[in-house]
Amino acid sequence: MGGRVKVALFVPCYVDQLFPEVAFATLELLERFDVEVDYPAAQTCCGQPFSNTGLARDARALAERYAEAFAGYDHIVCPSGSCVANVRHQHANWIGRETAQHGAAARTFELCEFLWDVLGVQAIEGRFPYRVGLHASCHGLRELGLAPASERGPDAAGHAPVDKVRRLLASLDGLEFATLERPDECCGFGGSFAASEAAVSTKMGLDRLADHERGGAQVLTSVDSSCLAQLASLMKRRGKPIPVMHAAEILAGRAPTGAAQR
Amino acid sequence: MSHPERAAQFLANPERADRHDRALWFVREKRDLAAATVPEWEHLRALASEIKRHTLARLADYLEEFETNATRNGAVVHWAADASEHNEIVLGLLAERGVTRVVKSKSMLTEECGLNPYLEAHGLEVTDTDLGERIIQFRKERPSHIIFPAIHMKREDVSELFAHELGSDPGVCDPSYLVAAARVHLRQKFLEAEAGITGVNFAVAETGGIVVCTNEGNADLGTSLPPLHIACMGIEKVVPRARDLGVFLRLLARSATGQAITAYTSHFHGPRSDGELHIVLVDNGRSALHASADYSSSLACIRCGACMNTCPVFRRSGGHSYDATVPGPIGSILEPARDPDRHRSLPFACTLCGSCKGVCPVKIDLPQQLLSWRRDLAERGYLAPNTRRAFGVGGWVLRDPLRTEWAGRLMRLVGRLIPSATFERYFKGWSSARSLPEVPRRSFRAQWKARSRAGE
Amino acid sequence: MSSRVNGAARESILAALRARGDEPGEPPEIAGMWFESASAASQRRWFVRMLEAAGGRCTGVASAAELPAALAATPEFASAKRRVSLLPGTGSSGIAAGERGGEDEREVDLAAISHPAELADLDFALLPGVFGVAENGAVWVDGAALPHRSLLVLPQHLGIVLSARALVDHMHAAYERLTFDGPGFGCFVSGPSKTADIEQALVIGAHGARSLCVFLLEAD
Repeated sequence: MGGRVKVALFVPCYVDQLFPEVAFATLELLERFDVEVDYPAAQTCCGQPFSNTGLARDARALAERYAEAFAGYDHIVCPSGSCVANVRHQHANWIGRETAQHGAAARTFELCEFLWDVLGVQAIEGRFPYRVGLHASCHGLRELGLAPASERGPDAAGHAPVDKVRRLLASLDGLEFATLERPDECCGFGGSFAASEAAVSTKMGLDRLADHERGGAQVLTSVDSSCLAQLASLMKRRGKPIPVMHAAEILAGRAPTGAAQR
Repeated sequence: MSHPERAAQFLANPERADRHDRALWFVREKRDLAAATVPEWEHLRALASEIKRHTLARLADYLEEFETNATRNGAVVHWAADASEHNEIVLGLLAERGVTRVVKSKSMLTEECGLNPYLEAHGLEVTDTDLGERIIQFRKERPSHIIFPAIHMKREDVSELFAHELGSDPGVCDPSYLVAAARVHLRQKFLEAEAGITGVNFAVAETGGIVVCTNEGNADLGTSLPPLHIACMGIEKVVPRARDLGVFLRLLARSATGQAITAYTSHFHGPRSDGELHIVLVDNGRSALHASADYSSSLACIRCGACMNTCPVFRRSGGHSYDATVPGPIGSILEPARDPDRHRSLPFACTLCGSCKGVCPVKIDLPQQLLSWRRDLAERGYLAPNTRRAFGVGGWVLRDPLRTEWAGRLMRLVGRLIPSATFERYFKGWSSARSLPEVPRRSFRAQWKARSRAGE
Repeated sequence: MSSRVNGAARESILAALRARGDEPGEPPEIAGMWFESASAASQRRWFVRMLEAAGGRCTGVASAAELPAALAATPEFASAKRRVSLLPGTGSSGIAAGERGGEDEREVDLAAISHPAELADLDFALLPGVFGVAENGAVWVDGAALPHRSLLVLPQHLGIVLSARALVDHMHAAYERLTFDGPGFGCFVSGPSKTADIEQALVIGAHGARSLCVFLLEAD
């Protein structure tokens, strides 16, 4: 049928307030594929921090707000693997399986999976002549199946997930990937874990950075700004910063600030 | 002390932390290779998960069937409601026979019940014969990993220990030399032992047999020499049929160490013709877990340790930081059930990365159960008051978009005005190693609103 | 007799476990597309490869008649000061008598052993294997063939004789071959004893045998 695809943009609370450029890059990318994008202003937060801390009352209230704010949209798109995983897999605990399955929760997509699975986009026009350290954010990886996890082999039928994020990035001219020793080890952010288990969180982040450094990464990217904030903050402290960009920004054609080209 | 405090201590020795992390990552990689050699790996996991689910649904029936068949084979089956009943039963069996020297192969259950100190308090000599367990027994420590009890130690530490305990050459750190020294020492213990205690990897209801897997042969040495064999098992270890062993044995060693199978997989049906076999079935909180909708599937655990090896937090904090018999992801589910107050920090010692779920041979959904524990602990009042307050404010703010925008503006203003040093003093947790993100002038929603008003 | 002392514990545990009121059901069928060898030759190669990966060795022997010669060529057997064999024709009435024209005092007379600990100084034992599993190089040893179970773990070195036709591909096939009717002991042995408890460094020869050699008989 004719007509543009219409989506609601779900901007994670911390992206809204701290990394708005990621939301604008997401918007641009979607509009480039002729998607009509709404931003329902009633949205606030998917509730992940509360869900992850076991705080049922707030987790439920925010899950209910989410369902209301995005009611009526066929697709809700969000530039965060962890927020989308929370909405799709945990909201049912708070608002009931039925409501979640028939409502906004089940229609929420991470940006790359929306491009790949719903719009059928497998390549993006553009140039990004840098060696990219792709951080495979855990929730997108394992809960949304955005890529094959290193501990998993093919399933019983012999299938493995397509690495959607990597494939989309790879379609840009000149883009190369840094080879990592541990392609999908966690960055150590984990929400309040970063504060409550600061020593372990820091060590995990530093180990990731060392891996990217050994792999010669010139730009760090992932589908989660929280992971990127963790890594960026540790880099800054250590005095060896390289540009950090959300995958949406790279795909939307932004250039990194401060990276030498390959 | 909580997990984060102990973890920080562990990390205060970066060389040891890195070594520990690399050693266990290496085991994780070996597991990956072993799993890759079995094309039907995911199917086996699904089968194992289903067998365990079914077994747990009919656990009472299978335990009765096991008891009947084990008894028919000439074994004696005992039931213990808790750790102290277990310890009393074991002591009773030993004391009745005048046993004073016991050898024990690896059993996390006996560790859980505190059997060694109990027997020692009653004047018995207990020698742990798994090499790793013997090492930590000498050091009066607890195992730091359920498969590799001494993984937190360097060869130099072991060399020094053996020089002191066994009279070996303190200048030699070669593992082969150290193992040879232990071999001589332990073989002597086997020959002098009057009873052998083992754990149980699997108990087969259909046949009344028990299966014990080792690489060192210590369970076989401990049960083929002395006439009395006492096998201690958690009630969740039963499987319905002998053929179920085929599924579990294909998964166990590959998941634990990356081997296709352990060097010895011994099947005991009844005692030796010249000996006795006593099997102690232990509850100690398992029936309570069984009754819980959220956590009963954690009883499917076959104690392979794969979750520990893949866990980025475990590798960097060490097993002792969990202060529990079973550490790591599975321990963080099992132990709070035992003592929520003591173990309240464990379900939070996790970034919910999900890697554990991917390696668990019986497909326990560990992250989901850790989340359930967080909810349970919050409901039972175990969250720190500061945390509750901070999240309370956050929740109030985020339930309204206008409040969210204003709170965001306030935060960004503060972020721009207050010097980083001041901020960092107050938010030590986040910022001891980190700097703050650049703070944007306007939020997305404010900019979107402005765009809409401008008539786009 | 078994549960009289713990009757209360038994009843309370079983009652607690039944409280859930689960529906009864049947255990799942163990079936699947198990990977299988294309031929007897590839199956044998698979078995040997896995046995070697576990630190064991494999020697092909044309027939039982060649076994004494194969043993004599095996260093652990040849240099053993005290040894025993459970295979007919290879024990004290076999090689030793033939070669030396008399009793060989290296052969241990199992009939004279009153306590398994007396086997502690055994350097080599030759045991019969029932069948082998290709996917992991393990051999099933039946306790009924062992006058003393300690023969599996006390000797410094172990040899197992196995028919090359008695191989299965995987553990499912293994359990199809095994029946457990009544008391007994059996063990899958794959390789010599080992440990990696010190710094993850693999050491062959922990408490049990320091080496394992499987003698694969082509013909009886």
